[in-house]
Amino acid sequence: MVAEGESMKSDTSTVARPVASAYNFSMPSIDTSAAAAIKTSSLKAQARDLNFFYGGTVQALKHINLDLAERRVTALIGPSGCGKSTFLRCFNRMHDLYPNNRYEGEILIHPDNVNILGRGVDPIEVRMRISMVFQKPNPFPKSIYENVAYGLRVRGVKGRGRLDDKVEEALRGAALWEEVKDRLQDLAFNLSGGQQQRLCIARALATDPEILLFDEPTSALDPIATASIEELIHELNKKVTILIVTHNMQQAARVSNYTAFMHLGELVEFGDTNIIFTNPSKKQTEDYITGRYG
Amino acid sequence: MEPLHTHISRQYNTELEDIRSKVLLMGGAVEQQIEQALIALTTGDTALGEAVIMNDTKINQLDVEIDEECQHIIARRQPTASDLRLVMAVIKTITDLERIGDEAEKIARMAVKLASEERPKNNYAEVQNLGNHVREMVHDALDAFARMDIEAAVNTAHEDRKIDQKYDGVMRQMITFMMEDPRTITRALNVIWTARAIERIGDHARNICEYIIYFVKGKDVRHTTLEQIEKEILGR
Repeated sequence: MVAEGESMKSDTSTVARPVASAYNFSMPSIDTSAAAAIKTSSLKAQARDLNFFYGGTVQALKHINLDLAERRVTALIGPSGCGKSTFLRCFNRMHDLYPNNRYEGEILIHPDNVNILGRGVDPIEVRMRISMVFQKPNPFPKSIYENVAYGLRVRGVKGRGRLDDKVEEALRGAALWEEVKDRLQDLAFNLSGGQQQRLCIARALATDPEILLFDEPTSALDPIATASIEELIHELNKKVTILIVTHNMQQAARVSNYTAFMHLGELVEFGDTNIIFTNPSKKQTEDYITGRYG
Repeated sequence: MEPLHTHISRQYNTELEDIRSKVLLMGGAVEQQIEQALIALTTGDTALGEAVIMNDTKINQLDVEIDEECQHIIARRQPTASDLRLVMAVIKTITDLERIGDEAEKIARMAVKLASEERPKNNYAEVQNLGNHVREMVHDALDAFARMDIEAAVNTAHEDRKIDQKYDGVMRQMITFMMEDPRTITRALNVIWTARAIERIGDHARNICEYIIYFVKGKDVRHTTLEQIEKEILGR
């Protein structure tokens, strides 16, 4: 565009439009590949050719390759039944709880490059490193304090003072401390829905996980509690890597750095959230996020 | 480009279709304003000139109205991807259309002023020529918008350069007149202002072409050269 007053020029054919030449500008080509999206930060986890079968026969995930950038939020979106929750649950071996479920491929966790789906890997160890927060707040029928301390005790943390410190740290991390510090011995069920969800996040944080998994963490919450959880995700991502499944596309757009769109067990498109929501490269993604019938 | 009418929500289809067709309506009105302003100029029809000045308020109203509808869509629908780009393109396009309307009004004001002056023998043929060229360019830009045709958009954007060259020609001619006979200065200045308004319309039409490319390709091509646009968008 030409600024006012700039058109008083002697020979328009030779006058270059501004900016372009001055900054040696080339138009960015849009590359939504995972490698391109993540090159600016280091990798935390990688799913490599991951297949998953429910009951040994129903294939719910098909050849998923996805990289999680360290201390970034990655959102999984897609219609119901597309496999996003299944994928999320692979990360803390939740599927091991049912017989005949089968994984193929690997999920590597960095920096130690461990395949968490490997036979020799203890699921309990995995869950120490990778915590999960569910759709509905599910605190234990215990006090607020005990909910957070539980995982620490399992892990063998002893001594009142040390437990107290860790509980406070986790509750502060989950932005709940100020609201509950005078009632730590109250039953967790006495908290509001949003507070209960933050308690669950505190519980997940207590064991200092490297990755936090969120499975629709706000779908049972009102808009204010939702906003506080989203703000919390934003804060947490300074320390941990986050993978979040959400049906709320606007939420994915608000909280995530990267977005993966899944459909029928396959990863259709993965890239920078800004690009996915303004100029996705696949028609299926476009149809889904704009609410069209694909 | 995704067809507008394939959303699950039919109401949403209607809303998007509505802003798009209103842009074309506004575009038609703006085209008419340019045409009438030019007629007023060449025929010295002051009544017509006054009418063009009056009609600019209608263009302004449409600008406000479409802007509001876009606001409502953003607030209620949170458009994404091509829908978002459409709404953005519409908001920007109507701003340029409104400015084109303002330039047409300026031409009409000059027409009213020049009507009281002695007319040159060629009856402002060079301004008329420049004006017709710009009017066609606006028409083509709106046509490209209606079809969301990027090739037509790029071709139309090219016209802006030709218009700039013609404008420079008018400038040189007027400067020559003023140097030869200082009594023509008043008239020549008015002609220059008119030509300047016409030339600005070309810039706005080019902007509209850029929004079409943005909508279809998702690439912001503002502030780049036509050669870069052609290379990136059409692969020429």
